[in-house]
Amino acid sequence: MIAELGQFAIIMALLAAIAQSILPLIGAERLDSRLMAFGSQASLIQLLFVFLAFGCLTQAYIVSDFTLVNVAENSHSTKPLLYKISGVWGNHEGSMLLWILILAVFGAAVAAFGRNLPVTLKARVLAVQAMIGVGFLTFLIFTSNPFTRLLVPPENGRDLNPLLQDPGLAFHPPMLYVGYVGFSVAFSFAIAALIEGKVDAAWARWVRPWTLTAWTFLTGGIALGSWWAYYELGWGGWWFWDPVENVSFMPWLMGTALLHSAIVVEKRNSLKVWTILLAILTFSLSLIGTFIVRSGLLTSVHSFAVNPERGIFILFLLAIAIGGSLALFAFRAPSLKAGGIFSPISREGGLLLNNLLLSTACATVFLGTLYPLFMEALGGGRVSIGPPFYNNTFVPVMVPLLLLVCVGPLLPWKRADLVGVLGRLKYAGLATILAILLAWYVTEGGPFLAILGLGMAAWMLLGTLSEWADKIKLFRAPLATSWQRMIKLPGSAWGMTLAHGGLAIAVAGMISTSVWKVEDVAVLKPGETISVAGTDYRFDGVRELAGPNYQAVEGTFTVSQNGEFMTILKPQKRLYNVQKMPTTEAAIHSTFVGDYYAVIGDQVEDGGWTVRIYREPMVTWIWFGCTLMVLAGFLSLADRRLRVGAPAGKRKQGKREQKSQRNAAA
Amino acid sequence: MTRKSRRMYVLVVAIALLASATALVLTALDDNITYFYSPSDLKTKQVTVGRALRLGGLVEDGTFEKLDGGLKVKFSITDGAETVAVNYEGILPDLFREGQGVITEGSLNEKGEFIAHEVLAKHDENYMPAEVIEALKASGEWRGDEEQITE
Repeated sequence: MIAELGQFAIIMALLAAIAQSILPLIGAERLDSRLMAFGSQASLIQLLFVFLAFGCLTQAYIVSDFTLVNVAENSHSTKPLLYKISGVWGNHEGSMLLWILILAVFGAAVAAFGRNLPVTLKARVLAVQAMIGVGFLTFLIFTSNPFTRLLVPPENGRDLNPLLQDPGLAFHPPMLYVGYVGFSVAFSFAIAALIEGKVDAAWARWVRPWTLTAWTFLTGGIALGSWWAYYELGWGGWWFWDPVENVSFMPWLMGTALLHSAIVVEKRNSLKVWTILLAILTFSLSLIGTFIVRSGLLTSVHSFAVNPERGIFILFLLAIAIGGSLALFAFRAPSLKAGGIFSPISREGGLLLNNLLLSTACATVFLGTLYPLFMEALGGGRVSIGPPFYNNTFVPVMVPLLLLVCVGPLLPWKRADLVGVLGRLKYAGLATILAILLAWYVTEGGPFLAILGLGMAAWMLLGTLSEWADKIKLFRAPLATSWQRMIKLPGSAWGMTLAHGGLAIAVAGMISTSVWKVEDVAVLKPGETISVAGTDYRFDGVRELAGPNYQAVEGTFTVSQNGEFMTILKPQKRLYNVQKMPTTEAAIHSTFVGDYYAVIGDQVEDGGWTVRIYREPMVTWIWFGCTLMVLAGFLSLADRRLRVGAPAGKRKQGKREQKSQRNAAA
Repeated sequence: MTRKSRRMYVLVVAIALLASATALVLTALDDNITYFYSPSDLKTKQVTVGRALRLGGLVEDGTFEKLDGGLKVKFSITDGAETVAVNYEGILPDLFREGQGVITEGSLNEKGEFIAHEVLAKHDENYMPAEVIEALKASGEWRGDEEQITE
């Protein structure tokens, strides 16, 4: 019964979405306030039904209702509750439903929080948002229905892939999806603006918080995924340039550009056409990110089951969404009025350069990810493109961007004096030289480029801090004054400092762990010790244990440095009961300076065990830096100026407009 | 600063960026593409010793052996028609088994043996890399199209 209710709910949601994508558009054209208001109501109705459907599927998983194909194929009655619930989106159909749920939540949020939006813009935004919903609800119902019944239900399910039975599954996909789908709002705003033919500072003020929300979650989602891939052996470590990783990274790069260009629209009423294009491209890349891997076009470590019918449907949807929006852009963009002018050396110029570099970097990733597809289509044989390609293309493009991260915020609007700005960074420059010397000393003359890279990270961090110190007049005014200035700093200023600082820290971690990682493999008998990078790992033997749905062998390592006890590591090798699939669970001890990472393999004939030990210097800095960036996003969101949505003057004006429109409609 | 000259600046910077990115991409593509070979391809096509490539097929039954106390392993990859011996040092992915599809990355040495530095881990029991399926189809060894494409 519950499954039929879910089925009914998704069909109702589709109907609501269809109505929502047509009526408010007509309303906005005819200035019919009732039709326009219908957009808000329909978005709430749609959310209600999608939520109901999602609840039904979750319920089916919790009670292990194996009459559903989806549950039977991906769940098992002995699975722990956490994985029963997260298993809902651990498969293609369920993850599609989650995607649609988040889309509906964003639509309803625009309806609920967008009270001060001009009514016509709001109606059009909600209509575009609903069109996306229609596309994906149709896809769900016709090719990926999670509520399909089995005629002969099995006694028990086939279980969730053991590799996915990890807390990572509970948080990584939902966060990533909130990021991907969040950009749909920026997209809907862009399309609505193209239909209206008007982009102004107020428009940018509405778009920014939504973009920031999406960006914050996408950052968190990617960071979580990277951490998961790091502790899961065999997934290639914290970043492998796997197609799936790349497709989540591309919207991040574009979204970051969008976040910066929206500032220019808001503050200077410039770069409008470009910002619209970025909004379209960012969401298009999100769509590609969600679907191109699913369609089976790209081979990747983690794509779901392939179904040719789905692939064609997906390509069709992508073509309509991306092609349609770009065509509309080409048609309407020339009618948007150009804004204020600026000199190349200025805040606007800096942000534009940031945008150009980010888009170029994104283009290199795009090329590397899709090149194997082109090659194959052209009959060039099967090829794969690995990390060296990206190291030689993406990294050189990013370096100038990273070097300029702390210069841009010091540039004033319209026209800047570069010499003066660099003069304000002289202490940061001096400190950077000291940092390079320190890095050279600590690493005992490590690779030249790596030390320069660490210097670059130090420059980013120190430059960002010195810009912050500049802002609060630290050491140039009495401390009390600086303190006063500091507490008065708006949330978005804090956000900028934290985000740039976090990026610097993450970059330092990426460089260190890539260059100075140490790895050793050995066969050890109980009692034997292996020394890796100055740390001793004594193998104390193994024991067998039983988990809720698996059997495991657990090894014990006593880790010590210079005879001093440090920690105990207990890596496991598991065999899952249902799928008879082995997994390897690494044991990791994280510290500020680096991680101690141990893995146990198979037993060999003479009683020894193969073990693998890694030393990953500063690897946690990557996720610490990302955490700072996520915090920065939330801090900026909490900024009152953003939350209000529009400046007071504009808001009154907007209300007046609404009133006059209402009067006109009446 | 007029609107026109601003546009000029933006255009110049954008073109310079695009040009350098294109140059980077072209040189990187030249050096860093890894081609996929089946055992038959490896026998028929000229392959430079030491050139990085991917080799995929089925792990041949009865060829897997551990050397040097278990750290080094040796096995053969077959596509039904031809067989190539592979040497690998390190821990194998959890799902590595004889008779299963596998992709390895590495290069040929002078003796015509394949030295793998990576054996790719996959998620699933029934997973069969698309490349391997094609290689098997090409050699006529492919059986059944049922559920094997699931990843």
